[in-house]
Amino acid sequence: MTGILQALGRWIVDGVAKLGFGARLFGQLLVHSGIAFRRLQLTIAQIHFIGNYSLVIIVISGLFVGFVLGLQGYNTLQRYGSEQALGLLVALSLVRELGPVITALLFAGRAGTSITAEIGLMKAGEQLAAMDMMAVSPIARVLAPRFWAGVVSMPMLAAMFSAVGVFGGYIVGVMLIGVDDGAFWSQMQNGVDWLEDVGNGVIKSVVFGIAVTFIAVFEGYACQPTPEGVSHATTRTVVSSSLTVLALDFILTALMFS
Amino acid sequence: MPVDQEFVALQSVSFGYPTLSGTVGRLILDGVDLKLPKGSLVALMGGSGSGKTTILRLLGGQIRPQSGSVQVGGLEVPTLGHSELFALRRRMGMLFQFGALFTDMSVFDNVAFPLREHTRLAEASIRDLVLLKLNAVGLRGAAALMPSEISGGMARRVALARAIALDPELIMYDEPFAGLDPISLGVTANLIRRLNAALGATSIIVTHDVEESLSIVDYVYFLAEGKIVAQGTPDEIRASDLPYVRQFISGAPDGPVRFHYPAPDYARDLGLGQVTSP
Repeated sequence: MTGILQALGRWIVDGVAKLGFGARLFGQLLVHSGIAFRRLQLTIAQIHFIGNYSLVIIVISGLFVGFVLGLQGYNTLQRYGSEQALGLLVALSLVRELGPVITALLFAGRAGTSITAEIGLMKAGEQLAAMDMMAVSPIARVLAPRFWAGVVSMPMLAAMFSAVGVFGGYIVGVMLIGVDDGAFWSQMQNGVDWLEDVGNGVIKSVVFGIAVTFIAVFEGYACQPTPEGVSHATTRTVVSSSLTVLALDFILTALMFS
Repeated sequence: MPVDQEFVALQSVSFGYPTLSGTVGRLILDGVDLKLPKGSLVALMGGSGSGKTTILRLLGGQIRPQSGSVQVGGLEVPTLGHSELFALRRRMGMLFQFGALFTDMSVFDNVAFPLREHTRLAEASIRDLVLLKLNAVGLRGAAALMPSEISGGMARRVALARAIALDPELIMYDEPFAGLDPISLGVTANLIRRLNAALGATSIIVTHDVEESLSIVDYVYFLAEGKIVAQGTPDEIRASDLPYVRQFISGAPDGPVRFHYPAPDYARDLGLGQVTSP
């Protein structure tokens, strides 16, 4: 019994300590963010690494999600004779929900893990300690550029995902199934609101970008500097950021569309 | 010697890592006194876990002692704020045990790193300085290589070039000889001695390589279980009859430093009842 209580107590104390460490790191990250903008080439190099290299998986996934939306949407809509609204359905599903959410999940798996592993291995190799001893803050020099690169890349990747997805829906719905070309685009144009739909989708993708990238840099920075420590941290990045994205999505959707 | 000539001074320093409940765990350093006159080359010797590296971390301000005073260049390190500490660290160079080179940068960029971060020198001047420092460690020809393409001994020399890039007043070496072949070992030892003289720097070497260090240093401190157990010039240390120093120099497995980690009775551990272990 005492064993269980002890374990529970330790779990809570560890959890609170980690939360406090995370909050402090987030504060320090913001304070030290100046360098990410003053020396823009540091951030641009990371945008290239994080954003550009995630492009292939995002584009291919977007295309397939668009295909599936086209098929499923057509099947459901034609029961009510409203297959003309396929373009609207595909676009709304993508810009409001699937674009930001799936991009964030893929981003966590593709870029988040590599950020965590890179920072974790730098810590294990004493590179962060060496930098600190050279009077260069690793939070400013290593964490901040990666964080801002992630925050900038995420909305762009989500936009790319949605755009390719709409094209995927067009290929299946219009080119293969034969939904009317003009109806597909005009319904979309009339039904999708810039501010309400696209704007809120962009806000979502920015929030997810902040969440996923922060979790990735945090896990790398806080990891045990050993091989198993880095591997656990990488796993935690995917698990925590996926759950965080889904929870945040529910909260944001409730706030935006209710 | 006069106090103002000491570049580094530790006075009755005690340190233990804090535990989760907020108390201090086992003391790693227990009342350590240590002095490094300006321009000296001092070795800090002791077995693994004796607290040697902890002293370097205290000097660099990475950790703070529970009690005692840590002074570097006349400044009380534990009381310094973030920017003052960073200003002090710019006057220090530290060589990590395995070099800790940035693996995503070439040898050249590694050495250029502190110059680019802390000076506004033009790229041409940085190039000259980097080649100068790399030449001092004999690796000017390796400037374009990546850290993964050079040997462990070379990596350590590159790290040394990086540590001296800003001409530090204090250079700290964490196990500079560990894992080096005899040739690299001799080269590194000579380099440390030469750099100390050329830069006029104060140097502290944490090591357990007795022979190599005694041949280059001015003074030696022996550390055991968090305390200074012996000190003196290399000649005094060689002549010392303190059991601890003798064991260290002769490399005997048992003596004041026990071969066995504290454990319950051997026979009882094996389930043989009350038989005294050999």
